[in-house]
Amino acid sequence: MNREDFPMLKNDIIYFDNGATSLKPKTVIDKMVDYYENYSANAHRGDYDISYKVDMEYEKTRDLVAKFINAQDKEEIVFTSGTTESLNMIATGFFANIIEPNDEILITTSEHASNVLPWFRLENEYGCHVKYIPLDSNYHVTLDNVKKAVTPQTKIISLAHITNVIGDIRPIKEICKFAHEHDIFVVVDGAQSLPHIKVDVQDLDCDFTAFSAHKMYGPTGLGVLYGKKELLDNLEPINLGGGMNESFDSPMEIILKDVPTRLEAGTPNIASVIAFSESINYLNKIGMDKINERELHLRNYLVEKLVKIPHIDIINLEADSGIVTFNVNDIFAQDVAYYLNKYNICVRAGNHCAKILKNNTNVNNTIRVSLAFYNTESEIDMLIELLKDKDKIMKEMI
Amino acid sequence: MDDEVKREIILEHYQNPLHRHKPEKDGYEKVNTANQSCIDNLDIYVDIQDKIIKDITFTGEACAISISSTSIMIQNLIGKTVKEALEYIDNFDKMINEKEYNADLLKDANVYDNIYKQNSRKSCAFLPYRGIREILAKYLEE
Ligand SMILES: Cc1ncc(COP(=O)(O)O)c(C=O)c1O
Repeated sequence: MNREDFPMLKNDIIYFDNGATSLKPKTVIDKMVDYYENYSANAHRGDYDISYKVDMEYEKTRDLVAKFINAQDKEEIVFTSGTTESLNMIATGFFANIIEPNDEILITTSEHASNVLPWFRLENEYGCHVKYIPLDSNYHVTLDNVKKAVTPQTKIISLAHITNVIGDIRPIKEICKFAHEHDIFVVVDGAQSLPHIKVDVQDLDCDFTAFSAHKMYGPTGLGVLYGKKELLDNLEPINLGGGMNESFDSPMEIILKDVPTRLEAGTPNIASVIAFSESINYLNKIGMDKINERELHLRNYLVEKLVKIPHIDIINLEADSGIVTFNVNDIFAQDVAYYLNKYNICVRAGNHCAKILKNNTNVNNTIRVSLAFYNTESEIDMLIELLKDKDKIMKEMI
Repeated sequence: MDDEVKREIILEHYQNPLHRHKPEKDGYEKVNTANQSCIDNLDIYVDIQDKIIKDITFTGEACAISISSTSIMIQNLIGKTVKEALEYIDNFDKMINEKEYNADLLKDANVYDNIYKQNSRKSCAFLPYRGIREILAKYLEE
């Protein structure tokens, strides 16, 4: 649905790599061009009309994002360069200051590198310990398993809301409730959930959330760090510089501005922030429920056909998002991706940045199809046709 | 070589690669070779005695091009002196990068003479050579 809104879809490709990045609707692209062509000035420096307009537009996006995730206050929205930067700021800017030796941080083996390595760094530097919540037989996280993994030392639980390999939706709301009863912070990596399901941070009651605009039909180089206001107030800025300070005379006398400005040092990614407002408008216009429904329909359509192919193993039969991960027996994932590329089909092969998941699945590399609402049944039919014939794959992959 | 023959040779080496196992005795030099841009990742083991390559084995996961190229490399390099092997590798390097090269020297490795057309797979074909070149260079100096 809504294919006509996406200029990229006019190219002769079948795009099944939406988990890596999504395509952008024309309204987003136009908004960005409009900034560069008509009011290309810096932000926070409004001494003239077009600069004032930049400030207005920039803050308008913040407002829209706050409403989109139902934050209590727009000041809880910090613009970053992406999920990765947001998670690093949370770990290094906030938790590094309060973590103590032997505190425990709970993650899972299916987290993306950006939700693993910042915590490994804390372990290396502060003597705390990264521990894993066991996954069930479908590689899902259950509240029960969270309860079992929590100890009196647990200080942080950091989880993807939806993982990028398995595509399961984690029971974040229940986990937050349990965690907060035990004075544990919850960090949510929302990179894969924000584009596909309704996320309400007050309802979830998570402490921090990180996500990326480019996976939400928005521009690259932009992300969001959401944090509860009282926590953000204690997040130490990693970058110091222009825009974020009130005054400074000497190392002893530095006064910083309030959040979120304090956490956005230097000239921000103005064009992307401004254009991101149109992604939010776009998602609101279609409605997250409708997007989710459509993507689940496409997933079921694909899985029903894939399971009938004997030489295909689906890794994540059960999942509630548009991610389907599989392998063709005896053929290396990358070779299948090369083969499909010959037919202009874009899929991802590899470990999808979840390098420790292989310990659970015993599969190192997989092919991932990640669907978006603009994919179609006929695109899936084409994929199935190409995967059905193993000899053809063997013959054409090289 | 026509494309059908090339494909058959590549597939044969992919499905039944030579020496895909850890060495059966001690004394091998090991090198890991991986593509940063994709997921190919191989460990290559070489046994060099008196500047002659006595044996090569490998383990790991990689695409059809990398695996077959490793197998063909093993077939062609065993028995060569370090110096001969390095010449062979230079020659292969030239072929992949569209420079003038001596096709006779490369034998079955000529199956990759068109790989330059697929930029993303050049590094796959060259992967095992990158690894072994490091080891051989050391032996040349000694
Ligand atoms: C679950 C998950 N977390 C984090 C990230 C990192 O996002 P970015 O590269 O936009 O910072 C990704 C992107 O692939 C992801 O899928």
